[in-house]
Amino acid sequence: MNLALSDEQVFLREAARGTLSRFQTLEAARDALDGDENALPDMWPAAREAGWPGLLIDEAHGGAGLDAFDAMLVMGECGRVLAAIPLLGHLPATAILSDSPNAAEFLADLASGERRAAYLPSCPPDDVHERWSGDPEDGMRRAELPSAVPGDEAGRVRLNGKFAFVPDAPGADALVGVALLEGRPVGVAVLGDASGVEVEPVRRYDATRSLGHVSLNDAPGVLLDAPEESLAAAWHLAQALIAADSLGSVETALEMSVAYAKERHTFGRAIGSYQAVKHSLTEVLRQLENGRSLLYYAGWARRGAPAEFPLAASAARSVAGRALDYGARTMISVHGGIGATWEHDAPLYFRRSELSRRLLGGTALASDRVAGELMAQATAA
Amino acid sequence: MDLDDTPEQAAYRAQVRSWLDQHAGEAPVLQGPGALEDENEIIAARRVWQGKLAEGGLAGVTWPKEYGGQGLGPIEQVICGQEIARAKVPGILDAIGVGMLGPTIIAHGDDEQKARYLGPMLHGDEVWCQLFSEPAAGSDLAAVQTRARLQDDGSWRLTGQKVWTTNAQFASFGLLLARTDADVPKHKGLTMFIVPMDAPGVTVRGLRQISGEAEFNEVFFDDVALDAGAVVGGVGNGWGTALTTLMFERVTIGLGSEGLGYNSARFAAAIAGDPDGRRDPEVRRNLGEVTSELLAVRFTGYRTLSALQRGQIPGPEAGLAKITIVNGAIKAGDLIADVRGPDALADDSQWAYMISFLPGLKSAGGTEEILRNTVGERVLGLPPEPRLDKGIPFSELRAKEGAPA
Repeated sequence: MNLALSDEQVFLREAARGTLSRFQTLEAARDALDGDENALPDMWPAAREAGWPGLLIDEAHGGAGLDAFDAMLVMGECGRVLAAIPLLGHLPATAILSDSPNAAEFLADLASGERRAAYLPSCPPDDVHERWSGDPEDGMRRAELPSAVPGDEAGRVRLNGKFAFVPDAPGADALVGVALLEGRPVGVAVLGDASGVEVEPVRRYDATRSLGHVSLNDAPGVLLDAPEESLAAAWHLAQALIAADSLGSVETALEMSVAYAKERHTFGRAIGSYQAVKHSLTEVLRQLENGRSLLYYAGWARRGAPAEFPLAASAARSVAGRALDYGARTMISVHGGIGATWEHDAPLYFRRSELSRRLLGGTALASDRVAGELMAQATAA
Repeated sequence: MDLDDTPEQAAYRAQVRSWLDQHAGEAPVLQGPGALEDENEIIAARRVWQGKLAEGGLAGVTWPKEYGGQGLGPIEQVICGQEIARAKVPGILDAIGVGMLGPTIIAHGDDEQKARYLGPMLHGDEVWCQLFSEPAAGSDLAAVQTRARLQDDGSWRLTGQKVWTTNAQFASFGLLLARTDADVPKHKGLTMFIVPMDAPGVTVRGLRQISGEAEFNEVFFDDVALDAGAVVGGVGNGWGTALTTLMFERVTIGLGSEGLGYNSARFAAAIAGDPDGRRDPEVRRNLGEVTSELLAVRFTGYRTLSALQRGQIPGPEAGLAKITIVNGAIKAGDLIADVRGPDALADDSQWAYMISFLPGLKSAGGTEEILRNTVGERVLGLPPEPRLDKGIPFSELRAKEGAPA
C-alpha cells in the first residue's frame, strides 16, 4: 500500500505551480469580468510547453503517458489560481480518442497541443436513468444526446442535435463526445470548423470558464471505435478533473482565510482564536481532506479498479463541490465586509464555485450517482 | 500509488489467513445459529479466544517481541484486522488494553511492571480498563479530581470517581490518572497508577445510556490502598504518560473506524431495500452526500497508513475523520429512519440502537468542539483560545470555580 505522491508527481505539481505563477490570473479574471475582452492571457502555449495537453496520451503517440491522478494534480494547481486553461475540455476528449484505434492518427497533434479538443459532456445511464443524456440548456430535465446517422463513407456519420455548456468549446479544433446511432451510444468526433457545426460562446458568472453551446446541423463526424466503457469513463474522468480543480480552489481559499484569521484582531485578539471562526476553518479543512482522499480513490480506481471508477469519481465530485461552496463562502465571511467587495479575491473564488458546481451535470447529479452505484452494489451482493 | 500488498505484506497476509483457516472453528460464535447468549459465557469464551490469537501471533502485532508481540508495524496490524474480519471471527476482547494501555506500560512502565502485567494482558487472562475520564474532566482531561495521597510508608490512598469506563465490570486492572499534588498547575500534579479492580473500596456500576443498555461503567474509589509499585512513569509525570495513551487511542480510532460498522455499503443497503426510497431524488442526493464522505474516510485511513509506513506519526487531523464518521452516521441514521418509518425505531432495530449510540459517541475521545480546537491550532496554526488556567495551582482554580474548599 502506498498512497504517497511519487517524486515525479511532486515534481509535476511543483512545476505546474511554477508555470502558472508566471501569469496574473486573478487580476485577469477580475478585468475580464469588468468587460476587458483581452484580459485573459492565452495560457495554452505555456500548457504546451509543460506537456499538459498530452498528459493522458501514451508516449507512443507523443504524450506523457500519465494517468488520471497526475492530470488531477495539474488541475488542482489550475484551480488554486483560477487559471483559464482549456484542460477540462481537452483531457477527457483525449481519453476517448486514446481508446479509439481509428483515431490514432490525430493523437500526436493533440498531445503536442498543436490542436486542441473539447469534450462534449455525455452522461452515461445509471441504476434509475436508462438513457444516456446531455446537460440541459436550462432547467432540470436531462437533454437528449444528438443523433447520428451513417454518412456517405464507412466510418462517417452525420450529426444532429445540441450540447449545452460545453467546457472549452470555443476555439476547439475537435469536439469529441457521444451520439446515438439507432438509439445506441457511439463515440463521435467533429471538427470545430466543419460545416453544420456552430459553437456559440457563452459566459456565465465566472469569466475564467470558457463555455459554448454546440449545435450540430447535419454536421459530418467520424465514428469512433472506442468501447462504450471508455465513453462512460470519459464522463467520470471529467467529474474527477473538475473535483480536483475545485479542491485546488479550496486550498487557496483556506490558506487565505487562515492567514487573515491570524492577522486580523478584534476585541484585543486574533479572530482565528475564536471558536466560531476556528471551527469554520477546520470544517473547510475537513471537507478538503475528505475530497483529497477521494481524489486518491478516483486516481487509483481508473486503472486499478475500473468498476469502481464511477463511484470514486462521483464521490470526489460530490465532496469537492460542497467543499468549494463552503470554502468560498467561509473565505468571504472570515474576511468580513471586505470579503464581499469587488477588489477582493474572495468573490472570484465564489464565482468559480457557483458556476463549477453547475457544470458537467452538477454536483447534485454526482451525489445521486454515488447513491445509485452503492445501492446497485448492495442489491447485487 | 497503489493499494496492493508488497510481497512481504502479501506473505504476512497469507500467514495470518492460514492460521485463521486452521483455527476459525475454535472461535466463539457471537451471532446467528448457536450463538452464545449469556454475557459471562461470552466474556469467558472471548478471553480464551484472545489467548489463542496471542499464541498465533494475531494479538499485539505491533508489540515488541520481548513482550510477546510480533514486533511488526501498523500496516501488519491493519492486515491482521482485515483478515480477522474476513474470517468472520471475533477480534481480541481487550482492544483497549492491548491497543492503548499495554503500549503505555511498554513506554513508561518499569521492568517489574512489564514482567508482571503485559503477558496476562496480551493473552486475555487479565483484562484492563482505562480510568481517565471523570464527570468533571473529559475534554479537559487534566482537570481530574480523583485524588491519590501519599502515605508515610510510601503507599497511596485513592479517592474519587471515574466514568465512561469500558470493560470495568470484568477488568482485573485499570490504568488510572489521579491528582497527587493540587498545589501546582493542573498538568503538573498528576500521576498514573495501576489499580487492581478487586481492591477493597473499588465499586463498579453499569452506566445506562440512551439505548437503555449499559456499555460503560462508573467506577468509584473509596480510600483504596495502592502500594508504591503502582505508579507508572513516575510521580508528577501523569500528564506525559496520559498523552502516550491518547496518541495510541488516536491510532486505534484512526485505523479501526471502519470496524464501527458506520460504512457506506451498510447504509446504502438499508435504503436500497425500499423500492420508493431508492428512486426518490432527495433521498438519493442525501444518501450520496453522506456516503461520499464515509468513503473518503476509508481512503484517509489508507493515507494515514502510508504515512505510518514512512515512519510518520499521525497527527491530530485523524480527529477530523472521527467527526466525519460520527456526523455521517448520524445523518445516515436520520435518513434511514425517514425512509423506513417508525419501524426503524423498534426495540430490536439495529438502526434504533445506532441512533441511540451516536449522540454520546460525538463526545467520546474528546468532544467535537475540542477536536476542532486542536486541529485548528495544531494543523492550521490558528492562535489558541485565551486560557484562564495556565500556571495557576489546581487548588486555586477549583476555588475560583466555586468548589467547596
